[in-house]
Amino acid sequence: MKIAILQFGGSNCDFDVQYVLSEIIGVGTDLVWYKDELNGYDGVVIPGGFSYGDYLRAGAIAARAPIMNSIRRMAEKGLPVIGICNGFQILVESGLLPGALMTNKYPKFRCQWVNLKVENNTSPFTNEFKKGEIIRIPIAHMEGNYFADDSVISELNSRQRVAFRYVDPGGNTTDEVNPNGSKQNIAGILNRQGNVLGMMPHPERASEAVLGSTDGKKIFHSMIKYISSLVST
Amino acid sequence: MQYHIEVTIGLKDGMLDPAAATIKKALEHLGYPTDSLQMQKKFIIDLNEASSDEAYDKVDEMCKRLLANPVIHNYNIVIEESV
Repeated sequence: MKIAILQFGGSNCDFDVQYVLSEIIGVGTDLVWYKDELNGYDGVVIPGGFSYGDYLRAGAIAARAPIMNSIRRMAEKGLPVIGICNGFQILVESGLLPGALMTNKYPKFRCQWVNLKVENNTSPFTNEFKKGEIIRIPIAHMEGNYFADDSVISELNSRQRVAFRYVDPGGNTTDEVNPNGSKQNIAGILNRQGNVLGMMPHPERASEAVLGSTDGKKIFHSMIKYISSLVST
Repeated sequence: MQYHIEVTIGLKDGMLDPAAATIKKALEHLGYPTDSLQMQKKFIIDLNEASSDEAYDKVDEMCKRLLANPVIHNYNIVIEESV
């Protein structure tokens, strides 16, 4: 099993993701530069950072790179694709996920721990969680304000495509704990097939007890479990 | 034919723009209250096409595919023949 970690100019969480996948989870990884071939991988991580300096809009330029066609093909084959932070911005800009990520409602870079509620625990990225479980993972972004029109939001809700929401420790979705103004406190969403996840929080920063939480590790474990199930069928 | 094109891109009506809201407030502090203030992006493009319609279509495509994000933006294209 081998996971590709995509690198654009300005990606900066690529090595953190690789460290967690290789050293903590123990799975094979390659860092794949956006001009290189993306062949023979079982899954892809589009890591966080500031690809192309966030020129035009966060994720806009990277989303149009030719390597995204390979990502699209992998997604169509049912392989797991996860975009974290800038990776999520790239996924919405590329159309692989619906909606847009706008400047935070309070227009400031927010770097803090948040509580998330696991809304869907049957996806390839959340199968290791209990439904409704409250987990802790940090965010670090300026453009994480998830927006989509009402019809998209209602489809996300009705098809269990909201993976995570920002909540208080009791699991309530209040405005006070919404760090960026996202519609309905949405922190992460899935595509229709469920095998593409975009999320603003950084699971790779919550994968070791010494860093304060290991909840993020479960997202990668879920992904590995899902890939193993594909291989065995 | 050479065309000079200006594309203006802004958020759709009713969408929150925190930067514009902050600037509006700063103007108020300077003694310039305004009823509304929007911030937009402008792209100035020169290109060669057979006709004005073709130039328009080309730029419209650029907007849809990259310059604007149709989920949140409106855009306006103004074309003139270069002299």
